[in-house]
Amino acid sequence: MIDVRLHGARGAFVLNAVFSVPADGITVVRGSSGSGKTSLLRAIAGLEHMIGHVRINSEPWQDGKVFVPPHRRHAGYVFQEASLFAHLDVRGNLDYARKRAPASADFDGVVADLDIARLLDRSVHDLSGGERQRVAVARALMATPKLLLMDEPLSSLDRAARDGILPLIRRLGQKLPVLYVTHDPTEAKALADRVLRMDNGQVTPENLSNGLEGLSQVEIERLALAALRSGLSPRPE
Amino acid sequence: MTGWEVLLDKAVWLTAQLAAVTTLCLLVIATPIAWWLSRGRSLFKDVIAAIVALPIVLPPTVLGFYLLVALGPNSPLMVLLQPFGVRTLAFSFTGLVIGSIIYSLPFAVQPIRNAFEAMGKRPLEAAAMLGASPLDRFFTVALPLARRGFITAALLVFAHTVGEFGVVLMIGGAIPGKTQVISIRIFELVEQLDYTSAHRLAGGLMVFAFVVLLALLMIDRSQGRKVDA
Repeated sequence: MIDVRLHGARGAFVLNAVFSVPADGITVVRGSSGSGKTSLLRAIAGLEHMIGHVRINSEPWQDGKVFVPPHRRHAGYVFQEASLFAHLDVRGNLDYARKRAPASADFDGVVADLDIARLLDRSVHDLSGGERQRVAVARALMATPKLLLMDEPLSSLDRAARDGILPLIRRLGQKLPVLYVTHDPTEAKALADRVLRMDNGQVTPENLSNGLEGLSQVEIERLALAALRSGLSPRPE
Repeated sequence: MTGWEVLLDKAVWLTAQLAAVTTLCLLVIATPIAWWLSRGRSLFKDVIAAIVALPIVLPPTVLGFYLLVALGPNSPLMVLLQPFGVRTLAFSFTGLVIGSIIYSLPFAVQPIRNAFEAMGKRPLEAAAMLGASPLDRFFTVALPLARRGFITAALLVFAHTVGEFGVVLMIGGAIPGKTQVISIRIFELVEQLDYTSAHRLAGGLMVFAFVVLLALLMIDRSQGRKVDA
């Protein structure tokens, strides 16, 4: 489970996030800009310090006095702008992550998944926006993260580039848990196994028509099994 | 003096040595100061930044005077060094280096600090998320990204040290081969009405200063071309 209870104030803005979602698939955090999505993601990563706890599969990243510094959390983070290291080429950027990873990454696999083999020896200055973001995702994966945090990674891209990357991210969700922040309903719909809504710093699970759309396949199966066992109809109230 | 004799002149050699040693020392000293100043703001930091910048506005003779007092015999600083057999650093090469370091400190700190501030915190955050410890990301991300700042600082400090006069005169005197640098040698040659020799040294310094400034402008231009990744 991804178990989060975070509370923090940035000036007049107050963030209050309490949620617990399964550590699998893609959890989309949806909200308008200024709703606190980025602050939430940064606090989970440990880049910002808020009060509360963050536990990933019962491993505490933050709990009471415990505050694991970001470089020991092994969370992948994809920023809104690719934020590649300008002094390294594409391969250098990937190797930077690989050298520091707790486990050995499947270099060729990741390169193939994100279709960046032909970019490896290029300078990061010669990449298009879409290529940069693909390299940024690949770099995050080379660090073999336990959880991938993505902060509107497609928002600065044009439609074509966005459509090219969406299916790649969709597939990532089958390999590791992803927390994906966006304001875009289309992206949310294309990616989400479940959706959390963020409004004015408050997090609520999104209510959808049949009550199942926000849940992952595993959760739906679990609900269905439980319902069948107790002899009820498989539709939760 | 022929051209070669100018190059072999003791004052030229001494000046080059002084500038090189000062530049190396200052890069090491200025880096942590610049780093600390570039991370956030506070009143205390502004005070330190102002102290670091003092040599820009103070007349070199004022700086030289205080340094002469501090490095002279029986000063509190020298009393501390007496157990090590050091009585005074005035009129010595070491004294010149210390004076030059303080005199040029702002010219080293400012470009490095600007470079650290220009990169922002994002590359360091990205490195942290990839498992790099604070020290690791300082050496593998911050330093390489600030490279141009270091080159600018080195050029400025070297040139500024070559051009100093007041401070070295106050704390170094003008002992040939020991503390007599080019700028002071020129002063003495003019006093002796040896204009030919003075012309050679002065002309050499003009060319040197022009080359350094041109190099700085070229670095600035290539920095402007840099694309944000």
